[in-house]
Amino acid sequence: MGILIQQIVNGVTLGGMYALIALGYTLVYGILLMINFAHAEMFMVGAYIGLFTLKFLSDPAWGMARLGLGPVQEFFTGSVLGLIIMFIIVFIVTGALTGLLGVLIERVAYRPLRNAPRLAPLISAIGVSIFLQNAVLLWIDSKPIPFPDIFPIVTLPYGLNSLKIFIVVTSIVLLLGLDTLVSRTKIGKAMRATSQDRGAAQLMGININSVIAATFFIGPALGAVAGIFYGMYYGAVIFNMGFFPGIKAFTAAVLGGIGNLRGAMLGGFMLGMIEALAVGFLPAGYSGYKDVVAFLVLIIVLIFRPGGLLGESVVEKV
Amino acid sequence: MSAKEKLTSMITSEGADSLSVPKARPMLEGLKTMSLLKKIGLGLLILAIFLAPIFFQGFGHIFLIRIFAVIGLYILLALGLNIVVGYAGMLDFGRIAFYAVGAYTAMWVGVPIARALGEVLGGWSYFAALPLGGLAACLVALILGLPVMRLRGDYLTIVTLGFAEIVRICLANNIFGLTNGAKGLPRLGDSLGEPPGLQWLKYNTFFRLGNNFEFQFTSNIYWYFVIFILVILSIIIIRNLDNSRLGRSWAAVREDEVAAQAMGINTAKAKMYAFVIGAFFGGIAGVTFSYFQAYVSPGSFTFLESALVLAIVVIGGMGSIPGVLVGALAIQGIPEFIRGFASAGWFGNLPAEAISAISNYRYLVFGALMVFMMAVRPQGLIPSSRRSRELHATGSDAVRESTTLEDERNKVGETYHTQL
Repeated sequence: MGILIQQIVNGVTLGGMYALIALGYTLVYGILLMINFAHAEMFMVGAYIGLFTLKFLSDPAWGMARLGLGPVQEFFTGSVLGLIIMFIIVFIVTGALTGLLGVLIERVAYRPLRNAPRLAPLISAIGVSIFLQNAVLLWIDSKPIPFPDIFPIVTLPYGLNSLKIFIVVTSIVLLLGLDTLVSRTKIGKAMRATSQDRGAAQLMGININSVIAATFFIGPALGAVAGIFYGMYYGAVIFNMGFFPGIKAFTAAVLGGIGNLRGAMLGGFMLGMIEALAVGFLPAGYSGYKDVVAFLVLIIVLIFRPGGLLGESVVEKV
Repeated sequence: MSAKEKLTSMITSEGADSLSVPKARPMLEGLKTMSLLKKIGLGLLILAIFLAPIFFQGFGHIFLIRIFAVIGLYILLALGLNIVVGYAGMLDFGRIAFYAVGAYTAMWVGVPIARALGEVLGGWSYFAALPLGGLAACLVALILGLPVMRLRGDYLTIVTLGFAEIVRICLANNIFGLTNGAKGLPRLGDSLGEPPGLQWLKYNTFFRLGNNFEFQFTSNIYWYFVIFILVILSIIIIRNLDNSRLGRSWAAVREDEVAAQAMGINTAKAKMYAFVIGAFFGGIAGVTFSYFQAYVSPGSFTFLESALVLAIVVIGGMGSIPGVLVGALAIQGIPEFIRGFASAGWFGNLPAEAISAISNYRYLVFGALMVFMMAVRPQGLIPSSRRSRELHATGSDAVRESTTLEDERNKVGETYHTQL
């Protein structure tokens, strides 16, 4: 029983991260009908930006203290209030920078291809992904970089700790925030209109380019937050860390019905749970197969619900 | 756009004959319409590619032979994928799974046969492994295809991607004790045997021209020729397939599945044929890869490889065989040439750090080039002429007309079929 609860806790934590990344895939897909394979790299870049921002703010050997802001740095690392403010700054800075990178990539690599055959932007995305991975590999480091363990960890029973609670709560807050943004606000309305019919939305006076840019800002920003969580949770970042969380989050988005926001959230949590339970309950020596379980579930779900769990089944009319 | 309009436009743009060809066109029909000059040019080009390794070996640029042999294997893989993506219009993101199935089948079949035949004759096992590896890949494609073939575009993508990962993970975890995990096959002490006739060729083809040219047959050249022959045979087979009744039904399914069904085409069957036949070419490429390397491990079958094979097809031009050839040269060749030329000293006498910097930066450049190539030529380097005609006839106006949600939903289905 203990192990079950423990794995559920782990599953929800992982699920929160997957859901945050999956939203990036699903948002872009919903609006452009394009699989943004470079999104996994947004997650990776986000983790690096988060790592450097955090080091800049907290490490005495880095930035702040050298700029003569020693007292500010002590305030950040020395008190609870300081920690909270510091993490808020880290998340906002990382989200904003990664979001801007996402917008830049859209501008350079995808916008010229908006009317091209559908596979062209996909290949472009793979190119961007290869470029970013190698840029980090060459210009930062090819080895894993340890993530600063500044977050105070309070251990609770059943494998629960303060970090996991923090990850889950922040993820849920962000997910609810995004849901509200898309369903209640003006820009959300514009996004929904664009995803339904780009041409008609344009005729109604919606600036398609800024809606798409907003999408490419929000997705990577959320992915970057997941990247920081990942770094804090596993304790290190590396240039190819994006690959597995990336395809799993994409799997999660498809599992829930790609293009559907709540589907991506549901899919993310489901996939995290499946993975954690597989780790906990596969016989010894078989834990390497945990990813097989996740993909098998995907294939089985799609066989019975070809549009994903919450996806509408599109009836093709002539 | 209604089914009727769609059909009309397809028929008029294609010419009435192309949709109702009663039987396959004669082999190499394209050659007959080619001018004599072009024929001679093509013949010379093929001859030059065939003889190239002799010059590379003679002048001592051995790395070029290996690069071209690997490019040949990727051509085989991409030709198979081209059937699925370019002809039948399905997006398969797990091509490497069939390559892996072929490669491991070669080991499972080849090693025991090679052991039974003994040292000298062991290499003949290749001829048993080649068809078996191809058929094993077909079988796997059939088993995977039966449940998933009815999935719509992007769902099929993730399923094939997931399946390829399942295959790779199973190989890496030494499933049923068959794959030797990450260490790869063959196990210590096993081998696939020497290729048939290689010893004889080594001792009887030695010659020298002047001071700089010294030729001796090697295992690399041997497999280069085998791969060359496989590529030529595959191109002939696939060209004929494309012009056959089956090829026409693929084109129809790709353009509009509903209309194709209305014309009496069994669309599920047509798609399944494309998937299985495509897998066959992946399988034989895998077998040849096994024998060429004399070693396989799960590290060769990652997602990146699947992505690169897809990139070959798209950058070359979907549905176009010359496109596949050029695409493979670009995708598989560029990074390897950069590294090979740098270390062979073709960029002048560079210090060691500069050489390693060049080979380190090759993938960075390559990623940027992929983006650039797509931006400049989104339709591919050598687009298929038939496909581009079809796109003009059906794609663009349908997109412009749609105004309602219902139309948009249709467009989603339609753009998938017409523009994938």
